[in-house]
Amino acid sequence: MKELRLMKGNEALAEAAIRAGADAYFGYPITPQSEVIEYLMAQNTEERTGMVVLQAESEVAAINMVYGAAGCGKKAITTSSSPGISLKQEGLSYIAGAELPCVVANIVRGGPGLGTIQPSQSDYLQAVKGGGHGDYKLIVLAPATVQETVDYVKLAFDLAFKYRNPVMILSDGIIGQMMEKVELFEQIPRSDKVYDWATTGKEPGKDHVIITSLQLQPENQEKVNLRLQAKYKEVEKNEVLYESYNIDDAEYVFVAFGSCGRITQKAMELARKKGYKVGQIRPQTLYPFPVEILSKLADKVKGFLTVEMNAGQMVEDVRLAVNGKKPVEYYGRFGGMIPSPEEILDAFEQKFIGG
Amino acid sequence: MIMAENLKNPENLVYEKTKVLTDRVLHYCPGCGHGTAHRMLAEAIDDLGIQEETIGVAPVGCSVLAYYYFDVDMTEAAHGRAPAVATGIKRVMPEKYVFTYQGDGDLAAIGTAETIHACNRGENILIVFVNNGIYGMTGGQMAPTTLENMKSTTSPRGRDVKTMGAPLKITELIAQLPGTYYVARHSVHTPANARKTKRALKKALEYQKEEKGTCFIEVVSNCPSNWKMTPVESNKWMEENMFPFYPLGDIKVPQ
Ligand SMILES: Cc1ncc(C[n+]2csc(CCOP(=O)(O)OP(=O)(O)O)c2C)c(N)n1
Ligand code: SF4
Ligand SMILES: [Mg+2]
Repeated sequence: MKELRLMKGNEALAEAAIRAGADAYFGYPITPQSEVIEYLMAQNTEERTGMVVLQAESEVAAINMVYGAAGCGKKAITTSSSPGISLKQEGLSYIAGAELPCVVANIVRGGPGLGTIQPSQSDYLQAVKGGGHGDYKLIVLAPATVQETVDYVKLAFDLAFKYRNPVMILSDGIIGQMMEKVELFEQIPRSDKVYDWATTGKEPGKDHVIITSLQLQPENQEKVNLRLQAKYKEVEKNEVLYESYNIDDAEYVFVAFGSCGRITQKAMELARKKGYKVGQIRPQTLYPFPVEILSKLADKVKGFLTVEMNAGQMVEDVRLAVNGKKPVEYYGRFGGMIPSPEEILDAFEQKFIGG
Repeated sequence: MIMAENLKNPENLVYEKTKVLTDRVLHYCPGCGHGTAHRMLAEAIDDLGIQEETIGVAPVGCSVLAYYYFDVDMTEAAHGRAPAVATGIKRVMPEKYVFTYQGDGDLAAIGTAETIHACNRGENILIVFVNNGIYGMTGGQMAPTTLENMKSTTSPRGRDVKTMGAPLKITELIAQLPGTYYVARHSVHTPANARKTKRALKKALEYQKEEKGTCFIEVVSNCPSNWKMTPVESNKWMEENMFPFYPLGDIKVPQ
């Protein structure tokens, strides 16, 4: 049954978690994402689906509660915003190292430090390059709308369990706070599946289950790393998502993700009105990054402009994908500032047309 | 002729290694209390017949490999985070018995917040706290529980409470919290003491079944290697120096 609602991004995320059949949410309040736990508490999830919702004493505790619950084979999720996500990095590294599934949403605000509560994309590199210690990757989904937020919660759990890997939804204060029409998917029942890798009590006659990220022998730790790298290769092969606009005849390509992708799309339309053949790529997965399409486009277009709400982070990945074939320029605002389509158009003209 | 083989008859059996411990060789130093503490907990689990319903959380510390020794499902937590990990497990599997096993650095320094808040929420878990007054694993640095004037590699002239703080009696602190139900301090350095520890652990697990709240059992222990003593000397030193400051016995008992 199709259910349409007008919802705030953060509340929609919470509703989607319930509907995705999540077993547990652990979180700690921080602006601009506190509505997630508030909504979950108000929903009385213990009654509605049996989902556990607990306000932890810190983001450190919250991610470690997720680790415990995920280790039992349960669908566990936590959400936070930038300073809190920094605190979760140790836990995420352990979860990635122990190969457990979980979902983490970062409703990014501007930094560094306490920064600002205004929206930003300045946690891009932290999200896509691992974030904590060790060679690991999160699968990173970047919604641009409240609808995508909802859809990606479900997708995130699917990917987390498919690859037994933490999945991050990298959103921001704009999408978290704005209200949009959303179509909600139907309630997925909570699962009582027992996984052989999960700590659910030793089965008679079977070995006990150990969840650990420790290997004392370097040979064994290298093996773990090789297995992780092989898994990431699979992820890169299978899970890339992006949207493209006007790329067939494009001479220039804008690259922007999340809320900034929407603003940049407006800039692309303005550019088209002025007669510039501009197309756009909006990566929906930031890891795996849409390398192939960018590399292909690099053979035929004149240049790329990445537009980001940070000091230029994704531009590094775009440059790696383009691999020197064409110029890759960057334009962005940061510290909680949001670029306007007109500003972006100006930047484009200055960098490529010679305005 | 009496041969070892003939002696190994069921009717001659007076003691047997609990099946809740695996056959792996313990990596602990000779005379270290960790091994005995493991055995007491494993025997308590065995006696209650809950091996298949128990999930343990290992710390970072000398007992990081506890998951090799307890033949129950185990998770290895980050340094200090075991009570949070145990919370996550217990909340999604409330019908299981969940325990953490932690050293003093793990529980009372880096993990203080997780410890206090798990206890304050009255999580229905058992926390086993092995207090040897030192960071064993990393080579004998000062712990929050290191005694006044006690030497460690980071307090080479002895712990100066003016600059390093006084030893932390976290167990007494924990006992203040309404969420804790049963709090006791024991040792495992003599058979009689080890038996008391086991009885306490058993009681704690029984209370967990009754959902009474957090049970917290401290085991005051030794670290011959980093105290730079023989096992016998270390036990004597523990009796003379640790016990006066960390007195054994019940601290909070059910009313
Ligand atoms: C985040 C982090 N910080 C520091 C360490 C290093 N470290 C490992 S064990 C340990 C102290 C362990 O002491 P304790 O908890 O008393 O256990 P014991 O070895 O004495 O049984 C430290 C500091 C670590 N592994 N992780
Ligand atoms: S270093 Fe100390 S605590 Fe660690 S195993 Fe050896 S004696 Fe035991
Ligand atoms: Mg210690």
